[in-house]
Amino acid sequence: MQEILEQLPYSDPFLFVDEILKIDADSIEGSYTFSANSEFYKGHFKNHPVTPGVILTECMAQIGVVCLGIHLLNKEDDDKRKAKIALTSTDMEFLKPVYPGEKVKVVSTKQYFRFNKLKCRVEMFNSEDSLVCRGTISGMILKNKYEE
Amino acid sequence: MSDKEIINKIKKIVEPYVQRLEGLKNFQEETDFLNDLQINSANLVDVVLDVEDEFDIEIDNDSMEGMLTVGDAKSIIERKLMTR
Repeated sequence: MQEILEQLPYSDPFLFVDEILKIDADSIEGSYTFSANSEFYKGHFKNHPVTPGVILTECMAQIGVVCLGIHLLNKEDDDKRKAKIALTSTDMEFLKPVYPGEKVKVVSTKQYFRFNKLKCRVEMFNSEDSLVCRGTISGMILKNKYEE
Repeated sequence: MSDKEIINKIKKIVEPYVQRLEGLKNFQEETDFLNDLQINSANLVDVVLDVEDEFDIEIDNDSMEGMLTVGDAKSIIERKLMTR
């Protein structure tokens, strides 16, 4: 699981994965703690910091789709291991606010991985184990011709 | 299943993913998924999976790559239905 974290193409300030808790071919669970010092809290919102939905979505995509995708690709050949990836669609519902410093758990279940597209049903829970966000996120492996 | 029946089923499958609605008015074999209907390549995967479910066939990677128009899809469906 550590290997997957090392393969992630993100770094601070845009890495939103701390730990992978569980992983298999069909699902993944991971966690992240939103640093209270993140720049975006200064402006979202003025004097009332709440984690932006796009950041929650990004965290869910990084854990739920990218980490799971890397795990699935690691079983394949070397070419695919080096593949570049892209987010292709999200359809989210935001149910509760996530405040600075909160730790969240992301649970993702694969709907399918075919024709280079991974589509997952993803949920995010806060430290009280209550559902804060859920939705469907898809990503694709880009073919070599789109690289560079 | 007649050509027309297959094409009508394809039309119903692609509808939710079509971004250029004009393309649906003149839906025929020459209709191109990416250009005429502006279905993006990620959604084309969903179209193919829906085609598999609707016709109870399995579409392989090579067939998927050759599926550019409604006519291509129809031919692939017909071929798969015959060898099922």
